[in-house]
Amino acid sequence: MGNGYGILAASDVDFMIHGLLKFRLFGQELWLTTTHVSVLIVMTGLLIFAIVVRCKLKDTEGRPGALQNIAELIVESLDNMVAGSMGTKGKKYRNYIGVLFLFILFSNLSGLLGLRPPTADFGVTFPLGLITFGIIQYNNVKWNKFGAVKSLFEPIPLFFPINLIGELAVPFSLSLRLFGNIMSGTVMMALIYGLLSKIAIGWPGFLHIYFDIFSGCIQTYVFCMLTMVFTVDKMGD
Amino acid sequence: MMSQITNEGLILACSAIGAGLAMIAGIGPGIGQGIAAGHGAAAVGRNPGAKSDVTSTMLLGQAVAETTGLYGLAVAMILLFANPLLGKL
Repeated sequence: MGNGYGILAASDVDFMIHGLLKFRLFGQELWLTTTHVSVLIVMTGLLIFAIVVRCKLKDTEGRPGALQNIAELIVESLDNMVAGSMGTKGKKYRNYIGVLFLFILFSNLSGLLGLRPPTADFGVTFPLGLITFGIIQYNNVKWNKFGAVKSLFEPIPLFFPINLIGELAVPFSLSLRLFGNIMSGTVMMALIYGLLSKIAIGWPGFLHIYFDIFSGCIQTYVFCMLTMVFTVDKMGD
Repeated sequence: MMSQITNEGLILACSAIGAGLAMIAGIGPGIGQGIAAGHGAAAVGRNPGAKSDVTSTMLLGQAVAETTGLYGLAVAMILLFANPLLGKL
């Protein structure tokens, strides 16, 4: 961690995760890293936004303010996105998908603020993938009962290993997709700033638009969309 | 001449070549995404009213098609920055 034996180690290209604080827990050596700091900053920003909006909602009488309009726009568009792809069955997943969307979006965009995006750490994206996997399998068992196991042996029992791998690969492919996209953006920007530091003035901003904003928004949308598609796929009629 | 090459140097050189070879995986997603984008453009041309639906479906398909390329990227990154082979010396 931090001192990976890299071919570029000699130059000042730097996009690795750095350990900030070492501590021991149950005889295990653990690190607080830059990822933790970035996650905390993103979460603090979202929490402050939520609290401010909540306070504004409380003392509104009559006409809603600008902030309330923005908050309603965000919530409504997220709800519409969930309703559009999950239908009425997925009503109770609005909370989760909304939070997931905002967290991943602001994590990806935090690269613009000079933070190392938290989603450029496999340790952040893999738990997100595991949560999705848990939701998928929960719905699989809830709606299909025994059919959840039976579907692994279809069309013929010989396909069991392939079907099993297909099910287990979902969290890996989901999290690797998000991680790979954001990580490649981080690496590209670090290479540009590190190797072209003399002439990297101003114009890398256009690359930020692609790597941070465009790629970040698309990957956020894709992660949430795939979560919903996989989940609704397991729900019966 | 060959005796001047250290074990570590050999592994680093071969890892760099391997990382480059791993990124050949980028060809597949490029072709796939291009095909998806082309068909998406054709669909929008036939039915401009369904532009938003077509676009979101296309982006979803492209993102899934990208996965294999990202596996190649992950292998290349591991070889370059967290090389497991160096620990085996």
